[in-house]
Amino acid sequence: MKKTWIITKRELRSFFDSLMAYIMIVLFLGFSGFFTWIFGTDIFLINQASLQPFFGIAFWTLFFFIPAITMGLFAEERKSGTLELLVTKPVSDWQIITGKFFAAFLLICITLALTLPYYFTVAGIGKVDHGSVWMGYLGLLFLSACYISIGLFASSITSNQIVAFLVALFIGIFFQLIFGMAASGTTGWLAGILNYLSLSTHFESMSRGVIDSKDILYFLSIIVLGLAGAELALSKRNL
Amino acid sequence: MEVNVENITKTYGFQKAVDHISFQVHTGEIVGFLGPNGAGKTTTMKIITCFMPPNEGDVKVGGISVLANPEEVKKHIGYLPETNPLYKEMPVIDYLKFAAEIQDVPAGKIRERIGEMIQVCGLRSEKYKKIGELSKGYQQRVGLAQALIHDPEVLILDEPTSGLDPNQIVEIRDLIRNIGRQKTVILCSHILAEVEATCDRIVIVNEGKLVADGTAITLRKQAQNKEIVRVTIEDGDRNTIFEALKGIETAEGVDFLPDYTQGFEVQSKAGTTSRKAIFRLCVEKGWTLTEMTPVERKLEEIFRGLTLNN
Repeated sequence: MKKTWIITKRELRSFFDSLMAYIMIVLFLGFSGFFTWIFGTDIFLINQASLQPFFGIAFWTLFFFIPAITMGLFAEERKSGTLELLVTKPVSDWQIITGKFFAAFLLICITLALTLPYYFTVAGIGKVDHGSVWMGYLGLLFLSACYISIGLFASSITSNQIVAFLVALFIGIFFQLIFGMAASGTTGWLAGILNYLSLSTHFESMSRGVIDSKDILYFLSIIVLGLAGAELALSKRNL
Repeated sequence: MEVNVENITKTYGFQKAVDHISFQVHTGEIVGFLGPNGAGKTTTMKIITCFMPPNEGDVKVGGISVLANPEEVKKHIGYLPETNPLYKEMPVIDYLKFAAEIQDVPAGKIRERIGEMIQVCGLRSEKYKKIGELSKGYQQRVGLAQALIHDPEVLILDEPTSGLDPNQIVEIRDLIRNIGRQKTVILCSHILAEVEATCDRIVIVNEGKLVADGTAITLRKQAQNKEIVRVTIEDGDRNTIFEALKGIETAEGVDFLPDYTQGFEVQSKAGTTSRKAIFRLCVEKGWTLTEMTPVERKLEEIFRGLTLNN
């Protein structure tokens, strides 16, 4: 655990050193703020003290931003050769992977924490269902963790950051959109399976304030699967 | 801490990169690891450093197997890869702190070790700069510092002096020699003079196979079993001397040296020496012997002889 934290610290610092973190935070706040408060189906349009518009937009912004954060985590180290040095240090592959995972996850936590003023503002102008807001944030965190784990896997199989970004988006779009669409086009048990696989189904139920152990199990299995895939790719050592 | 490479083989696809190599490195010994490009040097280093496991065989570092317990082996190794990969966006001092933490330097000693490394590797004026902003020579020093920071028992250096200026090369070689007194050092290099100047023993590989293992002196003896001496004999006629030298019983061949009018090269038959006979001959004939030098084959020639197949 100590080793994992050392790697997390280094990665997190490198996000801020390379300005990646600042760009991510500014763009995310800009996008989500714009669509939450100013444009489209914003809070004033629906005229309810609810953060639903924010969760809807964050759902998509995170989908695009997370692959951009994770794409370099392995691909860049593989390209510059630092991965070779890192795996010959007394750390296990799993510690390296989880270290990087938590670094990206903490960056998302920081970013989402900066949107808390939205919550306080809405709470100031109307009666907010506090439970559903906190559940919505929890949903965003689970969703982010899933995409980080998918992004880590994508980054671990290539030394090209662009490839890693596109692969992560490609895998992500199935969970984000395609399974849901396919489910509505089919019936019976197949629709049930596709609907369960769709990440948006689980996220929407959470952002409405409903939590189910099935949802948690779903998110956790995607996270574990992505990280395990990354470990498998890393253990092959074909750098 | 001893390093025991036991009959390792590594294949990439159909190609054998390393083919049943075995050698040992003892504590307090610096071993030079030589070979042409693609001979399997780097692959062997990667196996010793637990980067990847061998297909066959095993490596034991201080009795611990890289197959059974790589985490433990890694703690005792300091490694400087050939490409010297570094996190370019990190300041030197932060990077060294990271390297110290990840290699289990106790928290209380980290500052002290970083200070020592900065001093030893001459990084004082550069310590707050980002690594990417440093010149290649300084980056090489940072690479060396990260390999040494946890005071490892075994040090594996792949081309440690590349990119350094002559003064720095001397400094780093001295440093390696000092470390080599108590530690186990394996040094890969293409620069034969460097290996000869720094290493106690030389291991040469070619096409994945071990072709030589010994000190520079034994390698020379192996490669050259016939004595060759270069002599300059004055106060006599060139051709008479030539004929007289040919008459020596143990001499196999005599040549004129092109650059010296009175110089000759005498090759003895295998296992014999002609030096005494040459001296006696000169005394007998009243000639003056002004030079007698045994001709040593250079390490380069030995290397070429062992690694060129045709």
